[in-house]
Amino acid sequence: MSDNLQPRGSDETTLDQPLYTPIKRRSFFMYAGATAGATALVLAGCSKDSDNNPNDAALIDVGSSDVGVLNYAYALEQLEAAFYAQVLTGAYFTGAPAAEKAILTDISIHEKIHADFFKTAITAAAPTQIIKALEVDFSSIDFSNRTRVLEAAKLFEDTGVAAYNGAGRYLTNDTYLTLAGKIVSVEARHAALIRDLISNGTFADNTVLDANALEMSKTPQQVATAVNTYLRNGSKISATRLV
Amino acid sequence: MNFFQIIEEIEKVDPEVYDRLDSRRAIFNSLRGIGQKVTLATAPLALSALFSKAYGQTSTIPAGVRGVLEFALGLEDLEYQFYRQGLDAPGLTATLTGAGRTAITTITAHERAHQIFLRTALGATAPADRGAAPFDFTGSKGGTRQALFPTVYTDYNTFLAVAQALEDTGVRAYKGGAPALKVSPDILTAALNIHSVEARHASHIRTMRRTIAGGVAGTPSLSASPKSWISGNDGGGPAPSATAGIYAGEEITTQATINLLTNTTPNPSVALASESFDEPLDAATVTAIASNFLR
Repeated sequence: MSDNLQPRGSDETTLDQPLYTPIKRRSFFMYAGATAGATALVLAGCSKDSDNNPNDAALIDVGSSDVGVLNYAYALEQLEAAFYAQVLTGAYFTGAPAAEKAILTDISIHEKIHADFFKTAITAAAPTQIIKALEVDFSSIDFSNRTRVLEAAKLFEDTGVAAYNGAGRYLTNDTYLTLAGKIVSVEARHAALIRDLISNGTFADNTVLDANALEMSKTPQQVATAVNTYLRNGSKISATRLV
Repeated sequence: MNFFQIIEEIEKVDPEVYDRLDSRRAIFNSLRGIGQKVTLATAPLALSALFSKAYGQTSTIPAGVRGVLEFALGLEDLEYQFYRQGLDAPGLTATLTGAGRTAITTITAHERAHQIFLRTALGATAPADRGAAPFDFTGSKGGTRQALFPTVYTDYNTFLAVAQALEDTGVRAYKGGAPALKVSPDILTAALNIHSVEARHASHIRTMRRTIAGGVAGTPSLSASPKSWISGNDGGGPAPSATAGIYAGEEITTQATINLLTNTTPNPSVALASESFDEPLDAATVTAIASNFLR
């Protein structure tokens, strides 16, 4: 309960901000004192908070070591593939210039290729450990709005790059490490182009690079917290055993 | 910013900084820890000397890791000099302007930062920075053969074509080197974090080339080749046979014995399947490509 009153950590990604706008402590008590709706509000707050609680039994544990990283990548690729599939049915895409349609169509197919690849690869390598098909929740994204769609795409692509970079160290198998490398550079190409569509020249700015011009990779835990915003209850992931 | 401040910052995350003479990995942990507190870029050269003393004992980097880092540094030296000379070239001042010059300036700064980062990591025995001396970006090897790209610094399209070739080569080279870095997880992560930046560069250079080809200046379009990702083994424009190796092998559509054409629902085109994975290159092939630009 008290966790609901905590401000967001400064190191959290901005990916989940739209759904997790913090309620100032004082405001919270003002609402809480407003009798009728108070209990419902508090319960809603608890439910919301537990979405990202790594101890929640409903979370899907991607596992550890090589299979854990593959499941983690599979989860991210499923999310991206589902996102672009929905983009392609949205009003923004329908009315978009031909060049943007071509770009988004290409990316949507790349992501589907990645997701289906991991499904087959993990099924072959560890049939009992593969995670299920995830159910997504993009209700916070307005698919009729170009800016909203491209900003979401930017977050998914940047997060994907940071995730692969951060997880490479947990792979023991050379083949898998090379495969992750083959995919992450394509994700980086996507990320750069989506950023250039939003604002030309922002392909590698200081929101994703550090002072040494290295990409700022993210830990599996950071990424899981960020992407769980876009996964339904029962499909949210935990990556706490990738350490 | 002075050395004592920097050391104090490091001490907060690495209390044994003064005693630390044998842990290569520690430098990366330290850098990550203090990243929020100090701007390392403000004193990179001085820091390099400092870390060389504290952490740069060559014997503590496994030879295989060291080899990959030195190889990567050679590529960063090459890329930085290529862009630096492009920005300074009188023959490009009329065409390398506006958003294009801004982007090339940004990329140049990144390559410079990568050079410094890798030299710092390698320590006191890092290969020396020889500046522009080793390179001839026309590909004439110092006038000893017919130039591959005689207009590289007078024609904007040629300049961007060579830039794309170098960036795509860099992406393939880092990918090829990754497995050898596995024994040093922090170094592997750092290398991956450079690898993806090179891929972002490659993507943007390709976007710039499309814009020139038929789009509105400053506005990305998809009016022509090349795409921002590698489609088949198409380099997206005329490139002499000497550099064909840059894209050789990129056309494959089977990954880890899985046929992407039949594994994916719905079945994708050959082009899209090839685009969805980039391919690594071995050091020998990268060296052969890069040697075209050495005197």
